[in-house]
Amino acid sequence: MATSTDSKGASRFWSFVWELRIIIALLVICIILSFASDYFLIQSNLINVLRQVSINGLLSIGMTFVILTGGIDLSVGSMLAFGGVVTASFVSNAYKHVPNLHPLLAILIGLSAGVALGAVNGLVISKVKVTPFIMTLGMLSIARGLTFIYTNGMPVTDLNKDFLVIGQGYIWFLPVPVVIFLAAFILAWVILYGMKFGRYVYAVGGNARSARISGINVSFIIFMVYVISGFLCALGGILLTARTSAGLPQAGQAYELDAIAAVVIGGTSMTGGKGALLGTLMGVLIIGVINNGLDLLSVSSYYQQVVKGLIIVGAVMLDYFQADSDR
Amino acid sequence: MVTKEKKDDPEVLLSMEQAEKHFHGVHALKGVSITLRRGTVHAICGENGAGKSTLMKILMGDYQADAGNMYLKGQPVLFQSPRQALAAGIAIIEQELTPIHDMTIAENIFLGREPLYAGLFVNYGELNRKAGEILARIKVQLDPNRKMKTLSVAELQMVEIAKALSYHSEILIMDEPTSALGEKETDILFGIIAELKRQGTGIFYISHRMKEIFRIADEITILRDGEYICTKPASELDQDSLVSLMISRKLEGQYVKENTPTSTPLLSVRDLHRKNRHQPISLDLHRGEILGIYGLVGAGRSEFLESVFGVERPDGGEILINNRTLRIRSPYDAIQNGMAFVTEDRKGSGLALILSVKDNSSLASMRKSYRGVLINRKKESQDVQRAIDFFRIKTPSERQLVRNLSGGNQQKVVLGRWLLTTPSVLLMDEPTRGIDVGAKREIYKFISDFTRQGNGVILVSSELPEIMGMSDRILVFKNHALSGEIARKDASEEILMQMAT
Repeated sequence: MATSTDSKGASRFWSFVWELRIIIALLVICIILSFASDYFLIQSNLINVLRQVSINGLLSIGMTFVILTGGIDLSVGSMLAFGGVVTASFVSNAYKHVPNLHPLLAILIGLSAGVALGAVNGLVISKVKVTPFIMTLGMLSIARGLTFIYTNGMPVTDLNKDFLVIGQGYIWFLPVPVVIFLAAFILAWVILYGMKFGRYVYAVGGNARSARISGINVSFIIFMVYVISGFLCALGGILLTARTSAGLPQAGQAYELDAIAAVVIGGTSMTGGKGALLGTLMGVLIIGVINNGLDLLSVSSYYQQVVKGLIIVGAVMLDYFQADSDR
Repeated sequence: MVTKEKKDDPEVLLSMEQAEKHFHGVHALKGVSITLRRGTVHAICGENGAGKSTLMKILMGDYQADAGNMYLKGQPVLFQSPRQALAAGIAIIEQELTPIHDMTIAENIFLGREPLYAGLFVNYGELNRKAGEILARIKVQLDPNRKMKTLSVAELQMVEIAKALSYHSEILIMDEPTSALGEKETDILFGIIAELKRQGTGIFYISHRMKEIFRIADEITILRDGEYICTKPASELDQDSLVSLMISRKLEGQYVKENTPTSTPLLSVRDLHRKNRHQPISLDLHRGEILGIYGLVGAGRSEFLESVFGVERPDGGEILINNRTLRIRSPYDAIQNGMAFVTEDRKGSGLALILSVKDNSSLASMRKSYRGVLINRKKESQDVQRAIDFFRIKTPSERQLVRNLSGGNQQKVVLGRWLLTTPSVLLMDEPTRGIDVGAKREIYKFISDFTRQGNGVILVSSELPEIMGMSDRILVFKNHALSGEIARKDASEEILMQMAT
């Protein structure tokens, strides 16, 4: 009798550990790094990590919405660049042919540009039924091309000082990009878990046909997740522009990889319907901490890529093991 | 010592003794023994959760028993995988078919075992010839070169059987093989089974349909809550005694029908048509009425319901509720007008299996539990709990994933979802397919209570007893059109079959 209660208790303990596996993984990595490097745990470094992850964080939030519906958005890096240079052009003293606007207005225009590109993705995917992979692969190229056309391939420089605050300033002790990322995260949380839209996202990813028969406008939900992704990409692009003091047309190349990696490490299923925003946050932090830690230990960036790849595959393999034992 | 005899009896293909299986603390099989003889059909009966599927999965190597022995023609065997079982001559015809739609019949049958030229290139001539041979053996007239996607569900099933036979299997496991078949296709299947028996194949047969079991089974083994109850020759049992053994409590007649139809029209359909799916169809559903729709699989019944509910856009026609013409362009419009739709395919279009009971239950009524811009989680949970209580859904909590529930409980989740939208017209397509007797009865009771309150139900079913037991009137579909109508008192199985074929 005693053994059976013990084993029940033990299995409950392990299933609890399993639930928290991503958080535990993050903590373990942090502990190892804090022993390996004297600099890792100091406040300025930790804040630095947060600042570094905030842009990938924004993209990953959008990517989570998209992947939860069973889709994928490969165009995030290009949309980020487009949103960035469009905004930059409206706050640049060098761009004589575009009006120099109040930074907030310029940001609004940049965000609209991202929303517009996301809307094109969403429309074609939800109405014309082009598969998300193909459509966003096309958009990856289209939006990048538009960015180069718009800037003539040159960085947009000489930006308004007031504008740079959102990339370089601080609110209390936190960098502004970190605050914006956290705010976006909380808002996304409310949408995903507090509003029916979020439930519908899960329902569409879980079984689109069942969702449709339950009266859900499946096309609209799919359309909207790409719009959200486009919006967050542009926001990320604007933050990056402000931080680097220039709208770089080549910014954000291959960013889709880190965003997808964060979502996958966070336990979200690529087939949709299963996953959580908190997991994505942990995924973003794990990637950030590893990049930072390996930098501190002066590990070559070549090795960093290998490590990141191993973690992605390892995380997914763990999920398969669980799915197996679930049967 | 009985065991010894069984083991050595050449007529015994397979025997399993005292099989035990535990899952995460659930005792799924408690000392189950079963023997399959050459050239016989051995039915395994029990409610959902009685252990039938677990037993089958052990037989076919998907699970391994915790204890107990298995003998194949007298030799002890232990299968580690379905592949091993298949190699030993045990094949299963799954309840859910998984054909590769873009391949031909022959390619599906010999998937992964295609005859080759020079060890590299598929020998299509030989492939089609061998497939044709097997199809001929079970007297099925299908061109092996046809694409799977052009086949009806019944035909897919036949291909599946041919595939099983292509492994030279002497033991077939059939899990609810007729759940997607109409009466006529069932007859064809039973013809094939008779042919297989004649050739010496032994068949384990799982079905919830009592009539079928008595038509084809030689022996019946009954399981209840994972326990072995008894094995008897089918001739020693009848439907009532079998059911009472399965559920241990006596059922007083399977169908519950206490509604009284009125003459007030609730839902009227006028000349609704959709190209290539169904001809113009008109009907009236009255308050308090259960309107049955019978027909063979593929007669256009499900397609008609999809048109009514706005799942697919009809090409023309009118839909009226309470004599008011509606514009139904999507299921959303249908739901807003008080309709609900229990679809034929629980897993394909009914539920999101990877989501929880709660998420599935509240899906269609989400907009009702709202407070400002946020979901009122408390009200949502109360509603879900109401649905769980109402249908007595067996689930440890509302957070349980639907895929972990039994078929009957899954179907109750679908019903619960619609209950929460407070509909007045309920469209039901094969609502009791593949679920156990107890749950069936509860669903009949619900249909009866629901219509007693002045609501209406359209019940599409391929099961004649169900249609005749529940409907006030029966419409018959044939070749995508309405072929006739018959009142409850005039209906008989013969007449309905005649109208449908």
